[in-house]
Amino acid sequence: MFGLFNLGLWLLVGCSKKEETNDAPASAPSSMAQPAVPAASPIDPDTVASVSGTVKFDGAGPKPIEIDMSQDSACKGTNASETVVVDAGDVANVFVYVKDGLGDRTFEVPKGSVTLDQRGCKYHPHILGVMAGQNIEIKNNDQTTHNVHPTPQSNREWNESQPAAAAPIEKTFDREELMLPVKCNQHPWMRMYVNVVKSPFYAVTGPDGKYEIKGLPPGDYTIAFVQEKLGEQDQKVTLGAKDSKTVDATFKAQ
Amino acid sequence: MRGDGRGRLSLRANLGSFISSLRSNHLKSLATPYNRAHHRFAVFVAFATFLLIIAGALVTSNDAGLSIPDWPTSFGSFSVPPLRGGIKYEWSHRAIAGSIVLLTISIAAWTWFADRRRWMKWLGVAALGTVITQAILGGLTVLLFQPPWVSSAHAAVAQTFFCIAVSIAMFTGRRWVEEVPQIEVDNRRPSLVTLTWLSIFVLYVQLILGAMFRHHGMSWWPHVANAAVVAFVLTWTAIRALSQFSKIEAVRRPAIILVSLMIVQLCLGFIAFVTRVAWGRDAVQPELPMVISTVAHVAVGALLLAAAVILAIQVWRQIPVSFEQRVPSRTRKPVAA
Repeated sequence: MFGLFNLGLWLLVGCSKKEETNDAPASAPSSMAQPAVPAASPIDPDTVASVSGTVKFDGAGPKPIEIDMSQDSACKGTNASETVVVDAGDVANVFVYVKDGLGDRTFEVPKGSVTLDQRGCKYHPHILGVMAGQNIEIKNNDQTTHNVHPTPQSNREWNESQPAAAAPIEKTFDREELMLPVKCNQHPWMRMYVNVVKSPFYAVTGPDGKYEIKGLPPGDYTIAFVQEKLGEQDQKVTLGAKDSKTVDATFKAQ
Repeated sequence: MRGDGRGRLSLRANLGSFISSLRSNHLKSLATPYNRAHHRFAVFVAFATFLLIIAGALVTSNDAGLSIPDWPTSFGSFSVPPLRGGIKYEWSHRAIAGSIVLLTISIAAWTWFADRRRWMKWLGVAALGTVITQAILGGLTVLLFQPPWVSSAHAAVAQTFFCIAVSIAMFTGRRWVEEVPQIEVDNRRPSLVTLTWLSIFVLYVQLILGAMFRHHGMSWWPHVANAAVVAFVLTWTAIRALSQFSKIEAVRRPAIILVSLMIVQLCLGFIAFVTRVAWGRDAVQPELPMVISTVAHVAVGALLLAAAVILAIQVWRQIPVSFEQRVPSRTRKPVAA
């Protein structure tokens, strides 16, 4: 009976994983059907432009909620919610990217990894940008076990534990997806978001609300500002050769 | 006319004695002696199952369902992991669940060999089958990353198993084994038996809707809307039982418990709604009022379903539906003596 039970379980899990790996979701962008490693489109370095700006919050920003980490003695220090971080009207942790205007251009996936660190039972950074297919190195610098559990819509879901001092976990997300939640089920306050995009033209606002995207070829673009709770705002901008324009955004309390 | 009346009385008397003898041979239990140790063990299994339901509710309320990413092992081993964070909820749930499997094997085996009632032997086997199904669902919920339909099925089967455990405890009790049921015929429509089955049905629907909401598979409003239906059906059932058959203790007691638990459950549901849906919307972690209210809501929900099942069984045993209701007059044909 136990053998039959294990066999049934193995078949069920096997079937489920196969479906996740092979089937593209209906909502996935059409660009996912492209070859895995397309040839990168060249950009003339002498004409590239940049866009920068500040993300503001209209009104008094929400006060951060203090997190109670007493359920794990290894989680030390202070910790506060990062759902909406506003300092003197500047909004941090807004993902800014070129949503439209790049046409059919393709871009080489960087060979270097981006790092996601778990320190003080908190994710660093809280918002991460990465190109589709780029390696993410996930480290655990806490003296406790975390489990890293992304819950994506378009990519494959996984859940792996990472004990203290364990080797980094190396992962990639192959499909475009914004605000892909990553959480730790052992420490329910731990949550961050990965933004997977197909171009290298993205940035995350710092504590001063500022961002900068460099190296854009001249053209008409839609710049999207995405915040995990406040939603998305789009702004249009036209960049000429060697332009450096400012595009700001303002979020309102919901 | 007089002849018809006498014939009907005689028919009822014969029917009553027939049902009485039928139930003596089946659910009623003169066929087996009262076994105190067996009964006490069955009560213990039911109580341990209730603790398991609380442990499971704590896992969900603390969002710790996937804190151990593998199954049936925990971090690749069967030894106790460091009980920190969400691991302490998930591993405790697994440990109690493993104990319940062993207890169920024991009660099923004991019943098979000690109880003379054939249907009781098979009820023990059914309990074992249910607990194995539940273990598989628990494993799938971990390995498939908590799909709402699997997690909700896990919640529903948990309470089904609890009802079976409570039923075994009742069927092995001295009252059930030694008492002769007070047969009273139910002439009203819908019959009390029908109402008790309807109560179980609406409670199951409510259980599934609540579980789907808890596991992010559905909005909260179907569960809240169905609460009104549940309150109506259970109140109707309890009022009928208490107004018509209050003399039968085996019916009166579960009916009072049913309506009392329903009131408590409605209050807990309101508190759980306020703490989780209203106050907890922007919570960054499960907060204590949210955890306490939702766990209590799940626990009392399990007791409520068990009370409805006990009432249904006792009504079935004590209050048969009248012959007129079971066999409509147009289909009745005289039979030559």
